Amino acid sequence: MTVESTAARKTTRRSSGTKRTASASAGAKKSQTSEPELVQLLTPEGERVQHPDYDIDLSADELRGLYRDMVLTRRFDAEATSLQRQGELGLWASLLGQEAAQIGSARALRDDDYVFPTYREHGVAWCRGVDPANLLGMFRGVNHGGWDPNSNNFHLYTIVIGSQTLHATGYAMGVAKDGADSAVIAYFGDGASSQGDVAESFTFSAVYNAPVVFFCQNNQWAISEPTEKQMRVPLYQRAQGFGFPGVRVDGNDVLACLAVTRWALERARRGEGPTLVEAFTYRMGAHTTSDDPTKYRADEEREAWEAKDPILRLRAYLEREGHADAAFFDALEEESETLGKRVREAVRSMPDPDHMAIFENVYADGHALVDEERAQFAAYQASFADGEVK
Amino acid sequence: MAVQKLPLAKALNESLRKALESDPKVLIMGEDVGKLGGVFRVTDGLQKDFGEDRVIDTPLAESGIVGTAIGLALRGYRPVVEIQFDGFVFPAYDQIVTQLAKMHARALGKIKLPVVVRIPYGGGIGAVEHHSESPEALFAHVAGLKVVSPSTSSDAYWMLQQAIQSDDPVIFFEPKRRYWDKGEVDTEAIPGELHKARVAREGSDLTLAAYGPMVKVCLEAAAAAQEEGKSVEVLDLRSMSPIDFDTIQTSVEKTRHLVVVHEAPVFYGSGAEIAARITERCFYHLEAPVLRVGGYHAPYPPARLEEEYLPGLDRVLDAVDRSLAY
Ligand SMILES: Cc1ncc(C[n+]2csc(CCOP(=O)(O)OP(=O)(O)O)c2C)c(N)n1
Repeated sequence: MTVESTAARKTTRRSSGTKRTASASAGAKKSQTSEPELVQLLTPEGERVQHPDYDIDLSADELRGLYRDMVLTRRFDAEATSLQRQGELGLWASLLGQEAAQIGSARALRDDDYVFPTYREHGVAWCRGVDPANLLGMFRGVNHGGWDPNSNNFHLYTIVIGSQTLHATGYAMGVAKDGADSAVIAYFGDGASSQGDVAESFTFSAVYNAPVVFFCQNNQWAISEPTEKQMRVPLYQRAQGFGFPGVRVDGNDVLACLAVTRWALERARRGEGPTLVEAFTYRMGAHTTSDDPTKYRADEEREAWEAKDPILRLRAYLEREGHADAAFFDALEEESETLGKRVREAVRSMPDPDHMAIFENVYADGHALVDEERAQFAAYQASFADGEVK
Repeated sequence: MAVQKLPLAKALNESLRKALESDPKVLIMGEDVGKLGGVFRVTDGLQKDFGEDRVIDTPLAESGIVGTAIGLALRGYRPVVEIQFDGFVFPAYDQIVTQLAKMHARALGKIKLPVVVRIPYGGGIGAVEHHSESPEALFAHVAGLKVVSPSTSSDAYWMLQQAIQSDDPVIFFEPKRRYWDKGEVDTEAIPGELHKARVAREGSDLTLAAYGPMVKVCLEAAAAAQEEGKSVEVLDLRSMSPIDFDTIQTSVEKTRHLVVVHEAPVFYGSGAEIAARITERCFYHLEAPVLRVGGYHAPYPPARLEEEYLPGLDRVLDAVDRSLAY
């Protein structure tokens, strides 16, 4: 059964653009064979529903694991937001509300798969085993990355929107050339889907049958711009025109995100090429800590989405089925606090980079001009009285 | 009220408002320029007053923004497009360099491309990667483009009007760390020419030439040098393509020393062009080689290092001392 709650249908209609002129909506209607389907396995009330194509069977242990991932990710994210408010970070891009999309998709991955994130994939990073504190360096302003992409098969955050979808495609082309059965996943947003790079990555991946999953978190907004400013046809349907399947999944349903991503990754491994997964979700907070959503967004919209909160939904299910008891939730609460404390301490004790870091790693093989400027810079720094300038 | 004290960003906002009022063909386009009023609020309130057909929130596609602006210009409109940050202009760089810059020449001058590309640029605001760069030389190097940068509220107001009125494409670099600096704007004044340099402070011992965000630093350096008994002239170049070499020459013939200051990397930067031209023009007047102060041949560093990377008072004064020591 395909579940389409009235709320979901209302929001999907918004993104198909029927609000605009009559001719635009007529065009959008015509190009759709049916109302957008939303794969769902867990209703907002936490009731388990079946889906003919994407069902999944998880043990109580696995379900608790997903819950734990989401709770700790949210705690980490909240800690980072408050660290920004306290002046410890220059900026923070919160994932609040997108935990299910990230944890569900990331828990579908194998260790040998490779991830190409944007700047908001804190939950995916968590699942890849990247130390959360490492994510904060670039937001604090001490580095532009902060981890070795190859140690967790988790690429660096990418700020220029859409760029990484091409890198993922190329990486996947390499995987296929090597005859490996790994898969690659590229994360991006609904806004990023307007970039030429994303269209080009669709073209390349289709033409070369690359084992890549495009995982778009449609959180309804690109800073101040709603999805109607990016598209007239539901995003997942775009895949069809490039010659590969597109699926829209309830992005606040961690089970559905896991099931659909697992299916798409298996297709990739079997050599059946790319898939576009559109996780229909919501950015509950501001775009970043620099943004002011009250300028463009109604409070009621957020409230409607709060009722679909991915964490509360899974909790309701765990409780209903007796998969978790009070001791579990209490222990998790404690673990969250410990994580928050650890992150806070890690950030506060994060050293500023050495001045000479400006000249480090500009080239792999070295460069005479960099050497010259480094020497001049060092001499200049040394010319100040000790302690005046560090 | 003709004279107002406005922050630079507000002066740009007033300038855009005036342009929208006085010419129905002027359009504003870009990401978040509508309801939000731009991430720096430069377009604040404009969509409310001029409607979604004049102040257009675009899809997140810089190549699309500039490419469609070209088409609109071909149809008689005067689009003013906003690129959200310096580092995000590159998806549009192809359209700007291969199309916008060359179309007028290819059409034997029969078509005009009055497109303004506004780019908040430069560092000093503690931002993350791609939000602090100074790519002006990459545009100035391309024939067919004009490249300017105001440093004061008054110039922000007037130069943007002039850029919009220009029939050539203008890359309009806005010094984002000066957005909040206030200055007087006389909305009834007769503005200077768009591409003419301004003597921001007179002096007789040495010339500092700068533009955009570095003008303020150079004025501070000149004031500090004054206390040490050195008379430093500061030029605000205002335009990087074309460059007003006559004003620089006049100044250098008087002071015999020139230091060019910009945030962009020195290597292949606008300072190199100025040094070469002025050396040609003023070889027998110069008492020291033209010196340059700017960024290093390294990616713009993370925020906690940007104060080391950006030319500050000390580095400018150090160059002043070195030049005068020849
Ligand atoms: C090429 C480019 N243009 C503009 C920006 C500025 N910017 C950063 S995030 C963003 C919105 C992205 O929205 P979306 O892709 O939907 O992802 P979300 O942030 O909502 O997760 C914009 C415009 C950018 N980073 N890169």
